Amino acid sequence: MDFRLTDDQRALVRGIRDLLGRRFGPDALRAAAGADGAGELDRGLWRELGAAGFFALRLPEDAGGVGLGLPEAALLFEEAGRALLPGPLVATHLAAGRVPGAAEGTAVVTRADGGLVEWLDAADVVLGVGDGVTPRPLRSVDPLTPLHRLAYARLDTGDVPDAHEASLLTAAEQLGSAGRTTALAVAHARVREQFGRPIGSFQAVKQLCAHMLVRTEVARAAVYAAAVTADPVEIAGARLLADEAAAECARDCLQVHGGMGFTWEAEVHLHLKRAWVRAARGLGGAVAEEAVAESLAATP
Amino acid sequence: MELDYSAEEEEFRARLRHWLGTELPKLPARPDPLDWPARRAYDCGWQRRLYDAGYGHVHWDGSPTRRLIFLEETERAGAPYVGAGFVGLLHAGPTIAAEGTPEQRERWLEPVLRGDAVWCQGFSEPEAGSDLASLRTRAVRDGDAYVVTGHKIWTSHAEIADWCELLVRTDPDAPKHRGISWLAMPMDAPGITVRPLRTLAGTAEFAEVFLDEVRVPVANRVGAENDGWRVTLVTLSFERGTAFVGEVVACRRVLGELARTARKNGRWDDPVLRRRLGRLGAEFQALWRLIQWNVSEAAATGAVPGTGGSVFKLSYSHARQELYDAAAAVLGPDALDLGREWPRDRLSSLSYTIAAGTSQIQRNIVAERVLGLPKGR
Ligand SMILES: Cc1cc2nc3c(=O)[nH]c(=O)nc-3n(C[C@H](O)[C@H](O)[C@H](O)COP(=O)(O)OP(=O)(O)OC[C@H]3O[C@@H](n4cnc5c(N)ncnc54)[C@H](O)[C@@H]3O)c2cc1C
Repeated sequence: MDFRLTDDQRALVRGIRDLLGRRFGPDALRAAAGADGAGELDRGLWRELGAAGFFALRLPEDAGGVGLGLPEAALLFEEAGRALLPGPLVATHLAAGRVPGAAEGTAVVTRADGGLVEWLDAADVVLGVGDGVTPRPLRSVDPLTPLHRLAYARLDTGDVPDAHEASLLTAAEQLGSAGRTTALAVAHARVREQFGRPIGSFQAVKQLCAHMLVRTEVARAAVYAAAVTADPVEIAGARLLADEAAAECARDCLQVHGGMGFTWEAEVHLHLKRAWVRAARGLGGAVAEEAVAESLAATP
Repeated sequence: MELDYSAEEEEFRARLRHWLGTELPKLPARPDPLDWPARRAYDCGWQRRLYDAGYGHVHWDGSPTRRLIFLEETERAGAPYVGAGFVGLLHAGPTIAAEGTPEQRERWLEPVLRGDAVWCQGFSEPEAGSDLASLRTRAVRDGDAYVVTGHKIWTSHAEIADWCELLVRTDPDAPKHRGISWLAMPMDAPGITVRPLRTLAGTAEFAEVFLDEVRVPVANRVGAENDGWRVTLVTLSFERGTAFVGEVVACRRVLGELARTARKNGRWDDPVLRRRLGRLGAEFQALWRLIQWNVSEAAATGAVPGTGGSVFKLSYSHARQELYDAAAAVLGPDALDLGREWPRDRLSSLSYTIAAGTSQIQRNIVAERVLGLPKGR
């Protein structure tokens, strides 16, 4: 048993982190969120992701894919979450090999999930929205995720074949976001001075940051393990902890930033809003808790 | 990134499972939890059986993965846990293994493994708890012995221990972290008085220890004179990082029992309670995975468990308290019956955020040593 990342996995993470750093760093993120056209998807970046194997990662090599597995996909989605990369990433990744162009990043695929559809207008293909259903646009809380609401709410998406994988990849994005807001809070606490000293030397701030790390690391162990086992109950548990880590770390990060944290300029509100959007995807929250509880009662 | 066990490890598991199946029925009845001498005899007897069967070393001397398998299997089979062997097997022993001389290892480790020696931990003092390095118990060199005078407190199992891992001040003039030494003190030496303290659970599991000119041979010092703080950090990293691992397995079992009990007594119909148990299930599963992560790290670096232990200890100690609060919700009125195991465990769970370094202290450690935030107030 060696749970740590392999050298290949580390290299994969470095590669995608470099790509995202170059193409969608913090400045690009803020610019995207501030632009009037927020809601436009960067098709160039989408194709670059496709070329880098982001969507085709798990397709077999003879089908033009990279031939890697769920653990590697989770690592990539963690990086996407860290960078707060916009777009229906999970839906397109899951559509690779099934919807033409999805694997290559030439098609944008979205799908109904948890009663919502992300990026409906920008998508080439929309899955899971039946005929005669007219999705109603919402004024999305997240400036970088346009949302439509379906008239019917399908809470239990357990019958969708890849619902568990979708939930796991969402959890990985949440994990990346939690790691990012923890790092942002720590970096700020080191340099921001009040009362003649860095605020990070004050215990109240210090303990907030430590708590953020604990939440993130516990969620990380859960998400990585769930990616290895692909066990539906373990995925549900990981999702629960990752949803919570993303939302709570973003809140604490905002607190550590003080008034500056409440501005549009600071990156942190975008993390909190996206964490809320992701948490609304199917198989999170109450559904996950019930699934884990059921398994507890069932084991002898 | 993989969680599979090798064929050799699976074989170890199968052999152990078989051995437990034949050995456990032979065990005597468990002693009264308040009868410490009987508990000592019982716990040491079990350790002796493990030793004779070749499992005595499993806590620190073999592969960390085998240790996890050992903990899983013994817990699954309902075998006894380390009990009175806690300090000797889980942190004094590993410290001596890591820091002692060959003679010291020879002298102290075998008896612990054979179940012949019980250790206690004399770190805390009335005026030095969280600020452990401010301890005052003095040790003055006199020929080939230290003459030790002072006052220790909260010493678990002191009444039944043979040895004490003792922190003393050997240089009163040095800065507080620099003048400390780590000694192995025989508990039957003249000048030692043990006064039991009653815990909130009504039990006497820890004690005050008064030391009045106790002579401890210089040869009993582990590590260099005045270098005891470094040795102490090794002990603490075992205490926080690995000593609770077996208990996580036990907590996961309890959680399953809670769910099934709730099914039987009708509490399961309450969705709030169900979801609470589900949440705890996710957390304990994650804690087990975090242990596997820390073990993989430690196995790869060959090091003593690092600050990952503080992250683990923080989340585990709170999760354990939530577990037994949930148990109370499942039990309903029976939660107030101290004749039952879960209400007693609920009381003892209250110590977990205090003992082995409080949660506040652990958070400071995480913030300063892992996140690199500045020291301060
Ligand atoms: C059941 C049990 C068994 C124990 N067994 C042993 C044993 O066998 N051997 C042994 O040596 N010790 C043992 N201990 C002692 C334990 O390690 C100490 O109780 C613990 O380290 C806290 O010290 P204290 O009790 O002096 O509390 P204090 O240090 O007085 O702390 C009181 C409160 O102040 C807070 N506080 C203190 N300093 C800070 C700070 N810098 N920042 C933020 N908050 C702070 C603490 O978090 C706590 O909430 C045991 C304790 C318990 C409860």
